[in-house]
Amino acid sequence: MSVELDVFVVNTTIMDEEVYQLWLDGYTGLGHNINQLTHIDILDTVIHQSYESCYLSAPSSVNDAVKVRMEGGVLEGCEASAEVLHSDTMDQYRTFQMCERLLHSPVKLANQLLFQIPPHRQVMLIERYYAFDSVFVREVLGKKLSKGTKKDLDDVSAKTGVTLKSCRRQFDNFKRVFKVVEELKGPLVENIRQHFLLSDKLARDYAAIVFFANNRFETGKKKLHYLTFQDFAFCAGQLISNWTVGALDNMVEDMDVDLEKEFLQDLKELKILITDRDLLDQHKSLVCTALRGKTKAFNEMEANFKNLSRGLVNIAAKLTNTKEVRDFFIDLVEKFIEPCRSDKWTAGDMRLYLTHYTNSAHVLDTFKHQVVWDRYMGVIKSCILKMYHD
Amino acid sequence: MPGKLKAKIVAGRHLPVMDRASDLTDAFVEVKFGNTTFKTDVYPKSLNPQWNSEWFKFEVDDEDLQDEPLQITVLDHDTYSANDAIGKVYIDIDPLLSSEAATVISGWFPIYDTIHGIRGEINVLVKVDLFNDLNRFRQSSCGVKFFCTTSIPRCYRAALVHGFVEELVVNEDPEYQWIDRIRTPRASNEARQRLISLMSGELQRKIGLKVLEMGGNAVVGYLQCFDLEGESGLVVRAIGTACTLDKLIPGSEIKESPLAHGCRSSHNSPVHSACSSQRLSHSQNFSVSVPTLVFTEGGSPRICEFPFFTLTCFPPGFLVHIGGVVSARSVKLLDRIHNPDEPETRDAWWEEIRQEIKSHAKALGCHAVVGYSESTTICEEVCILSASGTAAMLNPRFMREGSVCVYSRFDDASPPSCGFCHIPYDEFNMPFPAQLTYCYHCRRQKVPDVLFTTIDLPAEAAVTGKGCLIQARLCRTKKKAQGEVNATAISNLLPFMEYELHTQLMNKLKLRCMNALFGLRIQISVGENMLLGLASATGVYLSALPAPGGIQIAGKTPSDLSYDQHISTMQKRINDTIAMNKELYNIHPPECIEEVVGSPIPDRQRSRLFRSTSESSDELSELDLSHGKKDAFVLEIDDTDAVEDIQSLLTDAPMPAGFYSCNTEVMPGIYNWTSGLQMFTSVRVYRLNNANLTNQGLNKIFTDLCENLLKSLYFKLRSMIPCCLCHLNFTVAVPEEELIQVRRHTPKNTSPILFIFPINILIKLCVFVCFPGSGENEEQLQFSMELCGESTSSNNQPTAKPSVSSVDYGSFADRCSTWLELLRLKAHTIRRGSVKTTSSSERCSPLPEVRSRSLRSTRSLPCGAPVTVVKMTPLSFLPRTRIVKYLGIINMFFIRETTSLREEGGVSGFLHSFIAEVFAMVRAHVAALGGNAVVSYSMKECVFMENPNKNQAQCLINVSGDAVIFVRESDQEAIPPLITCGQTSTTGADGTT
Repeated sequence: MSVELDVFVVNTTIMDEEVYQLWLDGYTGLGHNINQLTHIDILDTVIHQSYESCYLSAPSSVNDAVKVRMEGGVLEGCEASAEVLHSDTMDQYRTFQMCERLLHSPVKLANQLLFQIPPHRQVMLIERYYAFDSVFVREVLGKKLSKGTKKDLDDVSAKTGVTLKSCRRQFDNFKRVFKVVEELKGPLVENIRQHFLLSDKLARDYAAIVFFANNRFETGKKKLHYLTFQDFAFCAGQLISNWTVGALDNMVEDMDVDLEKEFLQDLKELKILITDRDLLDQHKSLVCTALRGKTKAFNEMEANFKNLSRGLVNIAAKLTNTKEVRDFFIDLVEKFIEPCRSDKWTAGDMRLYLTHYTNSAHVLDTFKHQVVWDRYMGVIKSCILKMYHD
Repeated sequence: MPGKLKAKIVAGRHLPVMDRASDLTDAFVEVKFGNTTFKTDVYPKSLNPQWNSEWFKFEVDDEDLQDEPLQITVLDHDTYSANDAIGKVYIDIDPLLSSEAATVISGWFPIYDTIHGIRGEINVLVKVDLFNDLNRFRQSSCGVKFFCTTSIPRCYRAALVHGFVEELVVNEDPEYQWIDRIRTPRASNEARQRLISLMSGELQRKIGLKVLEMGGNAVVGYLQCFDLEGESGLVVRAIGTACTLDKLIPGSEIKESPLAHGCRSSHNSPVHSACSSQRLSHSQNFSVSVPTLVFTEGGSPRICEFPFFTLTCFPPGFLVHIGGVVSARSVKLLDRIHNPDEPETRDAWWEEIRQEIKSHAKALGCHAVVGYSESTTICEEVCILSASGTAAMLNPRFMREGSVCVYSRFDDASPPSCGFCHIPYDEFNMPFPAQLTYCYHCRRQKVPDVLFTTIDLPAEAAVTGKGCLIQARLCRTKKKAQGEVNATAISNLLPFMEYELHTQLMNKLKLRCMNALFGLRIQISVGENMLLGLASATGVYLSALPAPGGIQIAGKTPSDLSYDQHISTMQKRINDTIAMNKELYNIHPPECIEEVVGSPIPDRQRSRLFRSTSESSDELSELDLSHGKKDAFVLEIDDTDAVEDIQSLLTDAPMPAGFYSCNTEVMPGIYNWTSGLQMFTSVRVYRLNNANLTNQGLNKIFTDLCENLLKSLYFKLRSMIPCCLCHLNFTVAVPEEELIQVRRHTPKNTSPILFIFPINILIKLCVFVCFPGSGENEEQLQFSMELCGESTSSNNQPTAKPSVSSVDYGSFADRCSTWLELLRLKAHTIRRGSVKTTSSSERCSPLPEVRSRSLRSTRSLPCGAPVTVVKMTPLSFLPRTRIVKYLGIINMFFIRETTSLREEGGVSGFLHSFIAEVFAMVRAHVAALGGNAVVSYSMKECVFMENPNKNQAQCLINVSGDAVIFVRESDQEAIPPLITCGQTSTTGADGTT
């Protein structure tokens, strides 16, 4: 005797959050099969889904999830067998699978008729679906959201321990959000929030991901490994709100995704700070005067001033070149953070130094680019402070 | 030209991409009614087209209005090739034809395609202008209201109950026509959907005519069924109870019956006794006209020949006595229906069965049958027709003078809480052996020791403890045969099956220490080489009936010592189970002082079920199992059957704590409903791989299947504890062999041992459940807890009888303690103090009339939800709410087919999405009518066929229900107190707040 068919459908959709998480985490026992599929170039994700659902129809496919649930002790207190648990898991997985199409455009979820889901559950479904693993996002941050990257997801999966299915969902989410906002005008975070009904926090994270993907910032170098996604997300937020076209008040028809060309052009002018010897010396002495006696690392600061200043200004000057933009973070680390770290600056030292470094430039008579300087250093300062940790 | 139908196509949304090149669609809509078709303009390149069309007007006969659905087809315009259909919407405009129901249909409907399922939505507006038709010979019956609900709808008053109406129409099944060989599956499915829609429209119209002829204005308990007879055609039949309903105007009692009451048809002049309001303190006045009750002499009044009522729930005082279950089955061989306009054979078949039912009722000393229903099961050319109901005596006060007043035993003083239990038949001339005692409640009338019925528990009945679901399951193998031989084999098996099912029910009832069954439904389905029987009912302990005796096991060969030991361990297990069940269901009957009077007849075990198969008389004598013992039910385990019985008795798994289940509308003994409600459908198909199974083996498997399904439900719903599964409705089917032959199994799915015979049986179970008393979050749970404390307390003194009150007190205390235990487990914040034992004059009924003291309504959905929430329930009411308007009947038929079964997630994935789609379409229709719930919802038909080799599957679903508007109790607080058809509980509420 075998169960051929087993369905359970409710009027107001019941969803077990725990099972939903398992599903999102890709507990299907499908990992292996999908691995093989990735090598065939499947153009349409729909085909993927149909393959997955076809595997789901086989009773063995949710075994992983059933196992996890059993270990979690769901059955305690219930007189239920693994069979019952399996059937329940299958029902829920099917529901999620049917919902997945709707989750791809969350606005639809609210006015679709197929599932009657209470609004607070809808919010939960969306938020969880679009949630991502920070280990995973760290791997793809700044990479082009292309098919090529997608093909490499099995490596990412192996490296991070996140199941391939989950990797794929997260990657597709990034890509989907990217595609939708790419062509939209207006503030990036707001667009994401409106089109995907995400919470503010998650919308900001997605904005960071989109921004990084668009500008292709290099984040994968070994020297950057110590940085978390949240570090980058913070920096992205700074860049978006200060350096993009939409950063200045004109919110009318702008794009938050690209850095403002004119501003980048203007940054070249800052070079005078290092090319003009007088200016450099003057700047140094101003900073040193202000810092003297206030920090233990003063000697190192004094000795390194010219190097550090050159580093920062060179980064600014190079930003007109798209290729160099990609190296923005690696440059910050190599040219500034690493020297400071080897000199054992504390975070306090760093803050003190950057504050005075920025402010002293205002006093320089011959330095005319105060506005650009502030706009540049404001972001640099907060980025460096965020990034300056172990 | 009595009607003008107007339709307007507003917009579409979420349409599928039909043009791969542009990823867009050029959609337009065809609106068709009858033979007239209109088209909208093409709305180019959009997935969310805004047609905003003009009003399309159809001028039609009201006959067509009733029969035809409005057919809306969404297409994708293609310049070079044929336009592609996206999908269709069928709108039944019947609700618009009644002046009291909906006035406009407006809303988003899912666009449905039989191959692809739901593909986007369309916004439609439909209106009807009806002209007055004075033609006396009209064929239409516009304005007759239909209700699936098997009780008097909540916002109506029954001025008159006219009686039974039935009708059937037949046609050829399009699936079996020659043209089906050349047309596409889509065309074939659509032809079928359309035909069935037409046929049900016609059926309703014809029934409506009969109702008008009888002088009624509504059909209550409308039950429509399809018989897919395959080659021999398609039968759509319906039964119902004709009534004259008056709408209750809140706050007043003004009658506004649209039809003149004095007007009767000439040939069966029913007497309409005016409602005697002094009899009932209720505003639900009730009278009945049963024109040809016992005496059918004189002419042949076709319509009211049968004093049958499809109702299962009656106003207090209506039911006088209940005799017992009457059922009739007949096995027929199907032949092609030659002349669809004269479906005489089918009519004659049913006529025959109804006659039998009537004579059974008469034998039980009853003049009427209540809770009446009919069903069929078909396997190839063999068809079993079944009918069952409860023989009853209705209040003669409401009947024609001089006709039925032979029932002199009717006692005015008979207390309502036990009156219905008193025997209607003559105790010295009993139709079957029974053990009679004086009523434990009033001590004046005789009652039987056990009572089986198909109706719901009357609201006024005094019950001890709680009820529970009782199921008897049975499998019998039969030889594969053809035609005549097959039919004979089946009819030979039937009486044995009924007998065994009955014995099982009786044993299980005793095991739970209960003495009455309500809502009994016995389903027998036939397959190629087996018969399946499934009986479900809700067991209760009626305070008026004697306490059931225990079960004693006796062996016939007491020589063997080990055998004796075996028996005694078995006996001990049974006794333990009984004791445990007593605790579980809170059954603590008053320690009976003495056995007042024995029955005048020798004690014998007897069958309450009155069967109609020819063997039934022999059968009855056969079941003399008793050993002359007074209170013990004796089982002999000498034969294997009895061993099997005992096995099945003891293998029934107890329900997990916090769960209750019943198959009636309300759970006896539970009065603390919350408005939390959930409805679900579950379908399972099993394959039996072993071809040579014995009866016992099959029985075991079948029992396990049912138990597993229940266990699975308990697990899935564990988050809702405490909850009650009400109206649990099982349906079993043995799909035809021919379907199975085409399929072959991949070894992956079959277990290795049974792989050798990978062909046999599929068993399908459909379950519909709703559960009140559940909450979704902690806070709600607390809420329900609190309420339960309160309402049980008000339940403390439900009746004036002191003896009963003390009984109830005990059970009350128990109930409180269990609830408190749950409280402690689930919600620590509840203080014991919230359980007050203030006295109140009335029992807090589980009915929505209980005034809500809903302090914090936790179910506050964020406003501005774009889609109306539509509740669905198989119950006729929604707990803690009040139905303010009935919008019309929902009766929908869908076919879904796929040629990519694997890609849709296999059979389970396919059916899961189909059922979800059906739900969605029902909800959309209700919402478009302006409603927010479907009550008395049921899935009548769910036929599933598959062919995995071809990667194909097909499924047919028929659903029905009543669209209503309800308001929460708290929302209507402002409205002055109006009718209460249950108990008024104002005092109860006041006492506990």
